Amino acid sequence: MKYLPTIGIECHVQLKTRTKLFSEVDNDARGKEPNSCVSPVDYALPGMLPRLNEEAVRLAILAGRAMNCEINAESRFDRKHYFYPDSPKGYQITQFYHPIIGAGYVELPSGGRVRIEHAHLEGDAGKLTHFDGYSLVDLNRVDTPLIEIVSMPDIHSAKDAHDYCKELWRLMIYAGVSYGDLYNGNMRFDVNTSLAPEGAEELGTRTEVKNLNSFKSVERAVEYEIARQTKVLESGEKVVQQTLGWSDATGKTTPQRSKEVAADYRYMPEPDLPPLRLSADFIAEESAKLPMMPGDFRKKFGGVIAEDVLEVLLDYPELMQKLGEINEEYVKSISNLFASVLLAEEKSAEYLNDLPSSEDLTELAEMNEKKELSSTAAKEVFLRLFDPQMKGRGTKRIAKELGLIQENDLGALEAIVDTVLAKPETQKAQADYKAGEEKVIGFLVGQVMKESKGKANPGAVQEILRKKLA
Amino acid sequence: MKTANKKVTAERLVRDALAKAKHFADYNIFTFIDEEGAIRRAREIDAKIARGEDAGRLAGVPYALKDNFISPRGETTASAHILEGFTSPVTATSVERLEAEGAIMIGRTNLDAFAHGSSTENSYFGATLNAYDRERVAGGSSGGSAVAVALDIVEFATGSDTGGSIRQPASFNGVYGLKPTYGAVSRYGVVAMASSLDCIGFFTKTPEDMDLLMSIAAGRDPKDMTTLPDYYGESKVGKAKKIGVIKDFDNGSVDSEIRGALKHKCDLLKKKGYEIVELTMPALKYALAAYYIIQPAEVASNLSRYDGVRYGFRSEKAKDLSSIYDKTRDEGFMPENKRRIMIGNFVLSSGFYDAYFLKAAKARTLIVQEYEKAFSQVDYILMPVSPNPAFKLGEKVNDPVAMYLEDVMSVSLNLAGVPGLAIPAGKSKTGLPLGLQLVGPRRSDKALIEFARELQEDD
Repeated sequence: MKYLPTIGIECHVQLKTRTKLFSEVDNDARGKEPNSCVSPVDYALPGMLPRLNEEAVRLAILAGRAMNCEINAESRFDRKHYFYPDSPKGYQITQFYHPIIGAGYVELPSGGRVRIEHAHLEGDAGKLTHFDGYSLVDLNRVDTPLIEIVSMPDIHSAKDAHDYCKELWRLMIYAGVSYGDLYNGNMRFDVNTSLAPEGAEELGTRTEVKNLNSFKSVERAVEYEIARQTKVLESGEKVVQQTLGWSDATGKTTPQRSKEVAADYRYMPEPDLPPLRLSADFIAEESAKLPMMPGDFRKKFGGVIAEDVLEVLLDYPELMQKLGEINEEYVKSISNLFASVLLAEEKSAEYLNDLPSSEDLTELAEMNEKKELSSTAAKEVFLRLFDPQMKGRGTKRIAKELGLIQENDLGALEAIVDTVLAKPETQKAQADYKAGEEKVIGFLVGQVMKESKGKANPGAVQEILRKKLA
Repeated sequence: MKTANKKVTAERLVRDALAKAKHFADYNIFTFIDEEGAIRRAREIDAKIARGEDAGRLAGVPYALKDNFISPRGETTASAHILEGFTSPVTATSVERLEAEGAIMIGRTNLDAFAHGSSTENSYFGATLNAYDRERVAGGSSGGSAVAVALDIVEFATGSDTGGSIRQPASFNGVYGLKPTYGAVSRYGVVAMASSLDCIGFFTKTPEDMDLLMSIAAGRDPKDMTTLPDYYGESKVGKAKKIGVIKDFDNGSVDSEIRGALKHKCDLLKKKGYEIVELTMPALKYALAAYYIIQPAEVASNLSRYDGVRYGFRSEKAKDLSSIYDKTRDEGFMPENKRRIMIGNFVLSSGFYDAYFLKAAKARTLIVQEYEKAFSQVDYILMPVSPNPAFKLGEKVNDPVAMYLEDVMSVSLNLAGVPGLAIPAGKSKTGLPLGLQLVGPRRSDKALIEFARELQEDD
């Protein structure tokens, strides 16, 4: 029997607010001592009350709009109770009943759509590190703002699961709501997979693989689950609904805890936070801050930049924004420089933060177009535009200083050609060419290039030579 | 109230208060007395006065702090074993505001652990005795604060009122006790009981003192998102004409002497030209049931943070994570705390939420509307605080339902968020204070306090 996989994904995105979701301490704990970014509110001292961070609300609106979602004029907070040392309050403040972000959709590069059921604001938990016989608690991450994005079960392949996660990541970094650093857990994915016989009305029993933190592991985990569940079903057994963990090392999922003993979270309206009411004007004002999104760039550059190059470049919003500033006729050549030269550089990450001006890039493309720079020379000048010693001088000056400008002046070129043709060592080649030996033209062009110290445009030289020797 | 000046120093006022506190030590009013800190603070105030500086509207006034208000002075225990040893690094907003005006805390007062109770008998430190009869309860949960004011140890005391915890002990001890409009005074820094019901208020000897304290403590606090915008100082006090009494409560369940006191005050008002209007408020009969669902649910949630991991008491029997939780909470909570945690978790558990919590929330909406309707007919309502005067120590402690019935007339105000002022209304034949409460629409706190003067008599 053939089975159709159905996949739904929940994604936690850490928002890059300055302070935490419910207190005024630093939200950026990178490189800081454990438990150094913790306020009395996060620590859950008696009598402490949460204060909602307005910046988190603004970022949630942007995130929602990035996914074409409705923003709800009224949303509410709820408490989700559980005991664990990573949760000082004994509950997580989340939005269980009335989330801020309503229904929407994400468009995949393939053109398919994954509907978003909703997304809600909530506080992250702290971190436990287990040792032999004891565990350490770090509360720095407590109440870092998160949005949890819940997709509809619209995904049917591991590849699409991968693409959806990657596209979500792009949306979040384009919208500027998250650092998007997957390695540090800025985005985490929980993937629900089920199989049903093709054409069946009902979905099969699902499993949930929790806490995946790379697109590749999402893809591999789904592949693994599809294969595993297929085998279970084909052997006539039933898939057990359960929560699984994934190991990149073994490439396998393993059961974490059974759903039958799943905790009862005893959800309750959060009485310390009044309902969050957003005016239509506020929502419109915030939504207007959304910059060009990957989908917008696909539409804009679809016919200009090759699709594979475009998909590579779309991972870098800085590059796309830069291309957006550049005159369309040069977009193709500059996008190629970005893809094949810049991204190949070891320091490319550093370079992305300080790109050359669009004027410099445009001039480079122009010079290349006018053959003032050979393709090789253009690549070299392009890299020099990132050189702290050279950048800021302007493309032309850099090209000149490096002596890379090609001689295109036909009069001057003709003079050089004449000089070369007058030389005794070229006489034999000239005779051979005239006798029909086409390929010696290369030798002659080389001689002219040498005479011009490499500045001549080889195409033009060849043309002149052919004319003269005709 | 008496404030310090060049002749009567703050140190003198504070030393007097401390001496009285010592004198009444066997009433078990205080969980902590800060003699040294209070005197140091008094000297600072006196120095200010000597320099001719403004020492504040409460300059040198000694006061007692209910032990569920956090501040770095002394341990904040909420009279609960599980908070033993906890000293807060932060200060409650209300405490900050009072002390900025020169008030001096001499000690922390006893309460039912985590404010769970109506008699102060649920305290880890034992019961506080009634100011008028040492064999009777102080009322609760703010029993220590009420008795501290009633015995004239301090000029005022703070309290918190979730279902009557200020008004009932005030009426049991013959002092004024205000439960303000929900959100009038910041809850920041007060150990939470049931967040949607908790109100911060005061015990005083006169309506004037209450007005002064409210003008200082009330107002928006960015640290408490449920506080209302400043309104107290700006509220206009119109001339009241109609006073309501609730017909539904005039039945056998209320002590005859309390009914007598209510009638007496109504007669007084009639004599003064007010119209007494009988109200029927049928929705109020759901108040106690709704309250004993919503309140334990929020209690269970708010008490989740006391887990022995970060501060306060941790059981010595704790060996691993689950025993840290189980043993600490088992040994650290009082039986009444545990009862409410269990009820609360039950009504919130999946499958029961709709039947209990959601239904109670709907009843609450009805009660809000019932009060709105009532206040479209009358200016204020006058009613008993509790069905009886102070009862005997131990009388109800083993009968939780009887204890919960103590709250039958007080909890509807918390559910509706309306203010209530407990006022003294004479004494019973055996000399026990009788109390009534004046109830007004939301944000009428100032008017209520003003109107209370109309009910004052020399007794």
